[in-house]
Amino acid sequence: MSSSRRKTDTSIIDDVLKNPSSRRTFLKGASFAAAVTSAALAAGCVPGAEAASEETRLQWKEFFKKNYRLMTQEEKRQTVARLERLAKIRQDMDLQIGTEPPVAGVLYGYGFNISRCEGFMECVSACIKENNLDRKANTQYIRIFEMEPGKLDPATGNGQFFHEVPVEDKFYMGTQCFHCEKAPCTRACPTKATWKEPDGIVVVDYDWCIGCRYCQAACPYYGRRFNWGKPEVPKDEVNRKQHYLGNRLRPKGKMEKCTFCIQRTRKGRLPACVEACPTGARVFGNLLDPDSEIRYVLEHKKVFRMREELGTDPKFWYFID
Amino acid sequence: MTALPRKNLLTFVLDVIRWNLKGSIGFQLFRIVLLGCMGFGIYAYSFQARYGLAVTGMNDIVSWGLYISNFTFLVGVAAAAVMLILPAYIFHDPDFHQVVIIGEGVAVGALVMCLTFIVADMGGPLQAWHLIPGIGIFNFPSSLLAWDVLVLNGYLLLNGLVPAYILYSHYRGRKADERKYRPFVFLSIFWAFSIHLVTAFLYQGLPARPFWNNPLMGPRFLASAFAAGPALISLILAVIHSTTTYKIDRSVFHKLRLIIVISAIINLIMLFSEVFKEFYFPTHHSISSIYLFFGLEGHNSLVPWIWVSVSANLLATLVLAFNPGKNNPLVLLPACTVLFVAIWMEKGIGLIVPGLIPSPLGEIVDYLPTWVELGVTLGVLALGITVVTWLIRAALIIEQEYGMNR
Repeated sequence: MSSSRRKTDTSIIDDVLKNPSSRRTFLKGASFAAAVTSAALAAGCVPGAEAASEETRLQWKEFFKKNYRLMTQEEKRQTVARLERLAKIRQDMDLQIGTEPPVAGVLYGYGFNISRCEGFMECVSACIKENNLDRKANTQYIRIFEMEPGKLDPATGNGQFFHEVPVEDKFYMGTQCFHCEKAPCTRACPTKATWKEPDGIVVVDYDWCIGCRYCQAACPYYGRRFNWGKPEVPKDEVNRKQHYLGNRLRPKGKMEKCTFCIQRTRKGRLPACVEACPTGARVFGNLLDPDSEIRYVLEHKKVFRMREELGTDPKFWYFID
Repeated sequence: MTALPRKNLLTFVLDVIRWNLKGSIGFQLFRIVLLGCMGFGIYAYSFQARYGLAVTGMNDIVSWGLYISNFTFLVGVAAAAVMLILPAYIFHDPDFHQVVIIGEGVAVGALVMCLTFIVADMGGPLQAWHLIPGIGIFNFPSSLLAWDVLVLNGYLLLNGLVPAYILYSHYRGRKADERKYRPFVFLSIFWAFSIHLVTAFLYQGLPARPFWNNPLMGPRFLASAFAAGPALISLILAVIHSTTTYKIDRSVFHKLRLIIVISAIINLIMLFSEVFKEFYFPTHHSISSIYLFFGLEGHNSLVPWIWVSVSANLLATLVLAFNPGKNNPLVLLPACTVLFVAIWMEKGIGLIVPGLIPSPLGEIVDYLPTWVELGVTLGVLALGITVVTWLIRAALIIEQEYGMNR
């Protein structure tokens, strides 16, 4: 079942949508239903049978694992080992999936300089590469809006521009997950599959998420993305340095979002977008460190936050030079 | 009235199955059509299971579509059973006592559909066990969705067990002990209001979506449900009256009409109040309503939908209120159908989809369900109708037999 399931491609989906009754798709659908039943029987009723391969066994253990927050250090190590082994079996990839905990005394904050951003979108492509975002669905955590002077809400800007930048008399505003202190999304989740870490990063446990999308409806900033199909990243483009709560390859039907590049920032590096920005419009740092750049910005620049009136307390400030 | 020998729980279940497998050719044909629809639903769902929700018309902007729309509306249909339960059990109204079991059957069918729609909408249905308290994690009381899981399953239990107890007693030729089931009836009355209020709060509690973040939503859900639900029950009663030997008193229909008219009028007043608020002085919070009623930047797929719904709603309410045919069922029953469909259009797609458009970042897209969504929806509706017919058929046979022996 699992091997046939992996061979998803765009043409099949298009085919399904356009020719509901073609014989080929009917047979595929029917064989899939049969495969599901037989696999469920094989895996469910006789887990110890000889036929069960290593992959099935690992998958089975993965299926019944706990929410990440309830795992002991040993359980975290085991699940990571299983995920790495599964990637090796399935795609022959050597992944390094980390479980770095939050660093004590750190609360991450982000600044975005609207006088500097010129809409080059280097941040967007860096983010896609770093975070293994679905190339097929063109998933983007970061959106850049071309703004008319006098407006400060990205909702009034143009998020679909496709021309040479910067344009005279326009300015640019980026959005992404704002990692709200009072996040509406974490409150909405019925299974506690998404939460705010002690260092302020709002994360998703992809394996615990049930895909109900209530968090997506609750987010006032369009900060969340859903894996409508199985995400696809070309094998040679996969970023193999991963984090369990960060850029590891997501299953289909799960929610994902910006994690301030948790796999980098918890090792003291900057998020990919900050590093990629050619104009220096992006500032990232520890809000609890009085000497950090983000603290300098908050204390010396004119800053504002998007939709302050909602009381979500985002840790993402726009500022003007 | 001595209890017949060899009537126990096992024969009860077997008899229910036996009665349901028998029937006229027309009835069997009806069953086969339903079975075919369910088969098609499973076939459509197999694509979703394989390729994910990518085969639906939903996307990151319109992240809820036909499934959640139908779910929302059907919660109302389930809640509406209280309009029969309240007068039947609490006020001992003899007319409603005759039909309350049918109302409860409809509620169970509607709830089965609700829960199936939720599972169909989930990206990870195999992870649904994460919701079960004890083995999973239940984000209670913070998540309104957790509340909804609780109240829907609780209501299903109440509406399944109380009638099952009464029917089983009657099946064995005994009178059901009112002291035993009355507390649960009281509970189910409060519960009925709670399922629809909690479902409304699911949307109402999201400041991110101004179209939903509206204190009138809960009360309006109730009003529309108490119009659409009894309208559906009237239609079902009419079908039962004309196709079975179980005859429904005319006064039942009269009383139901009153309930429908009052609820429909309250619903229209609240609709007017909402429309007034959105359009007298439109703010940026009115943008979803503008999209719904007039379209935005060339995107106007819901405009005909909502206008048809509102006009049909108005027309049906007027017909039911003024009763031009002098209780002629050929006038009232089509009016009930029109009212039911109109409220389905508005409280389903007309409520869920515009709440998500435009996106919080101002992007406007249109939503159109794919054949997969339509197929799965058809299958779920067929499942619900099947459940309702099974329950009602068994209930009517037992009640008739009990009524004759008494």
